Amino acid sequence: MTLENSKVHEVEPALRARDLTKVYKTGEVEVHALRGVSLELYPADMVALLGPSGSGKSTLLNILGGLDQASSGDAWFGSRHLTDLDDRALTQYRRAHVGFVFQFYNLIPSLTATENVALVTEISPDPMAAEDALEIVGLGERLHHFPAQLSGGEQQRVAIARAIAKRPELMLCDEPTGALDSQTGILVLEAIERIHAELNTTTVLITHNAVIADMTDRVLVMGDGHIVEEHRNTTKSRARDLHW
Amino acid sequence: MRPLNRKLTRDLWHLRGQVIAVAAVIASGVAVLSMSLSTTEALGETARAYYERYRFAHVFGRVQRAPEYLADRIRLLPGVQSVSTRVVKTAILDVAGFEEPVIGQFASIPERGEPELNALALRTGRLPRPGHADEALLSEPFAEAHGLVPGSHLRAILNGHWRELEVVGLALSPEYVYTIGPGALMPDDQRFGVIWMGRKALQAAFDLDGAFNDISVGLLRGTDPDPVIREIDELLSDYGGAGAYERANQISNWFLMNEIKQLETMSSILPVLFLIVAAFLTNMVLSRLITVERAEIGLLKAFGYRNREIGMHYVKLTLAIAGIGIVLGWAAGYWFGLMNTRVYAEFYRFPFLLYEPGPNAFILAGAASLIAALLGTINTVRAVAALPPGEAMRPPAPTMFRQSLLARTRLFLALDQPTRILLRQIARWPLRSFVTSAGIGMAIGVLIVSIQWLDAIDRIADVYFLQAQHNDVTVGFAEARAADAEFNLAQLPGVITTEPMRTVATKIRFGSREERKMIRGVPPIQNLHHVYDADGHPINLPPDGLVISTMLGELLNVVPGDIVTVEALQGRRPTRRIPITGMFETYIGSPAYMDIAALNRFMGEGPTINSVHMRTDALQRPALFRELKEIPMISSLNLKAAAVQTFHDTMAESMLIFVSFFVVFACTLAFGVTYNAGRITLSERGRELATLRVLGFTRAEISYILLGEIGVLTLIALPLGCAIGYSLTLLISGAFKTELFRVPFAILPNTYGISLLIVLAATLASIFVVRRRLEHLDLIAVLKTRE
Repeated sequence: MTLENSKVHEVEPALRARDLTKVYKTGEVEVHALRGVSLELYPADMVALLGPSGSGKSTLLNILGGLDQASSGDAWFGSRHLTDLDDRALTQYRRAHVGFVFQFYNLIPSLTATENVALVTEISPDPMAAEDALEIVGLGERLHHFPAQLSGGEQQRVAIARAIAKRPELMLCDEPTGALDSQTGILVLEAIERIHAELNTTTVLITHNAVIADMTDRVLVMGDGHIVEEHRNTTKSRARDLHW
Repeated sequence: MRPLNRKLTRDLWHLRGQVIAVAAVIASGVAVLSMSLSTTEALGETARAYYERYRFAHVFGRVQRAPEYLADRIRLLPGVQSVSTRVVKTAILDVAGFEEPVIGQFASIPERGEPELNALALRTGRLPRPGHADEALLSEPFAEAHGLVPGSHLRAILNGHWRELEVVGLALSPEYVYTIGPGALMPDDQRFGVIWMGRKALQAAFDLDGAFNDISVGLLRGTDPDPVIREIDELLSDYGGAGAYERANQISNWFLMNEIKQLETMSSILPVLFLIVAAFLTNMVLSRLITVERAEIGLLKAFGYRNREIGMHYVKLTLAIAGIGIVLGWAAGYWFGLMNTRVYAEFYRFPFLLYEPGPNAFILAGAASLIAALLGTINTVRAVAALPPGEAMRPPAPTMFRQSLLARTRLFLALDQPTRILLRQIARWPLRSFVTSAGIGMAIGVLIVSIQWLDAIDRIADVYFLQAQHNDVTVGFAEARAADAEFNLAQLPGVITTEPMRTVATKIRFGSREERKMIRGVPPIQNLHHVYDADGHPINLPPDGLVISTMLGELLNVVPGDIVTVEALQGRRPTRRIPITGMFETYIGSPAYMDIAALNRFMGEGPTINSVHMRTDALQRPALFRELKEIPMISSLNLKAAAVQTFHDTMAESMLIFVSFFVVFACTLAFGVTYNAGRITLSERGRELATLRVLGFTRAEISYILLGEIGVLTLIALPLGCAIGYSLTLLISGAFKTELFRVPFAILPNTYGISLLIVLAATLASIFVVRRRLEHLDLIAVLKTRE
């Protein structure tokens, strides 16, 4: 499915899950991380996934991002049945369609900002120029700096540039501001907001921080492996107006 | 168990792959050293015990013919414990089914009872019965080479008459550990053998009734042989004594001791090298292993553990790993040592084997490894323990990389990001990268040094046999003969051309030094048997004076221009001062040459020869051999082709044993280095690689980054290894020098190739093992955890 298609059929969900469960077995203990989660994400949706630690939000994100297999239930990316894909096909799925942003940036220290982004553009079918991606996140001046020469916020913005440079249909951000102070965090959220607006990427933001949920279209609250609450924000805040 | 100790045992289990790899490297070093030392120790001990149990004599002498009562006079000399006289002669044998004439050394044994000295180890059959003049005992290797057993027969020309002898038994003797025929370089059991017969039978056969021509003397412990030798020479001088000599100069013993010394050199240089490499690698691996544990160290400190306790924890880890390696190495060293010694014992034909290695070799190897491992640990633990706990628990800040000039080049810009990652990793830690390359390089170097022994042997054979010798048959006479003997031989079928040689047994003295030496008299310009130096240049002899090998020059401490005193030990026994007119380098032995005319003048004799080099027509050789078998005055016959063969067989056999062990150990080194480099890199950069997997990189693509780094380091190691091998060979060929051999510096291109291929194979094997770990990268953990 291409970006253009998803725009035409706006009623079709970009990502769909039905009765997803996930059970981790650690020794003799079974941990039920997901206990039957169903959801639909639409193209250009920006969704916040809220919930306390252990509520299952990361597990859900991992399954949707093709990093982990569900124990039961189904997930579809467009018409593709994600829960049927093997490791090779999941790799291909992440490579072509998903952009990840991590809490701890996970930049490659031996590559400059541009090169970290180029790492992904080199293996994508239709990427934007690495420099353009960095321009979007406001780092046009720091193209040739290594991670060690960048602040935390700048590093996270490089990570965001890296995630969007492939023009993904889906961007998954796991606590993107978790390691940053609020001022820097807001800079990072602004970048996410801008990209979402410019590229119409379906975006999922995992966060502890309920304030951040105010900038999204929809909020899913998880607890004990279920979606316990879902609501649509009637008034979306701008990232720059958030405070915590 | 204290929690830290529990952590230790679990860490050991968790790190088992690396523990085994490091332990294997340590074990290789320990095993090679303890194997080599215990082998040479066992060989020395076995030889010593063999000599003692079988009463190997201390002094030996030859005479033309001496009356039996002289033995009693010798027995009365101070320091003499026992005396044994014999008849010892060489003669031509005809062994059924063997075309060439065979040279037999006949030695008498008492009619009844055991010889007082040089006792025989009877292997099978029995001793000849008194009064049975046709019964003979054969040396076991000779009998085996011809398939002779008790009950077989062979023919011999004894004093001009063919005699049919019956084999009644097979034996070994401490006197013939190395059975080297006259004029030969290596034992050739097909063409030279020892035959023991009753004394009366040999006295009758060689017209020595009531007389002897060979004497062996046993000395009381601690007796200096020199005064005894002088007395014996004095007593025997009227009877054609050719000069008594001590055990050190007895030919079999001289060869055996040279061989053991050669093995000792090998076992002192190469294994030490191994141990150094192993220690170096242990150090490198352990220090990186501990650096990875930095967070744990910070945590322990945060709990209140003292630096010393943390230090001890890692010291114990090191001790455990090194301990495993050392114990494995000891076991392997003992076992390989035993196997190795067995092979050698069989090669030397010792009738028994003493393998009771003392603790020294093992303690030495173990201690060296342990110290190296500890040194590697202590520095690193100290560095990590010095960090404040908070800082130690935080991951190290992202490593600082900088744009190098290289990074701005067009070539670099054309590279993809994964390639840039691996190149920058190498460039960022040049020392660490170099150490890995150096480790692999050392494995290559050790292989080159080991394998080049075989090249060196080829080179020796090439110069000694192929370049220098253009004759294919050499015939020696028991006594010196008039020069027309050469003419008579030239008439034999198939003989194309001949060249005479005269050898004279002498003592050469200079200052306080003295060497017994056979001086070879040859024509000033040789056509067949060249006087050749190590570089392959023929040497023309001046009309006067001695031209000697540099080895003999060293033994006598002379330089060209010095004048030495030469005392002939045969004929009229002249003594004269002769100048050294030239010196040349040789790989084998320590020869001395003179112009044959000058040598004959020195002896006060007319044109005289005692051996003839011949170039023959291969097609007519059977006819030639038939004729030669009928010439009783022949006491030696050497065929170049057979000599080349036995040289290769003997050298290759004794060297290959060692070399093959070294190859195995070098592979362990290469595997250990690359496996550990790979594993440590994986643990240091697992998060980075997992991130790439999350970003959509395939396993093959991240393998490229991880293994590409090892690959590049291996590529760097290849030329480095060749350079290391070259330098080590240079070092060793200089250090390796016995009176018998000098090892030339010779590395054939093949040797480089084989060494590189072996190390590449070991590297690939370890890469394959590391690659399998990439299957299990935890992709999810990287999203949440911070290293």
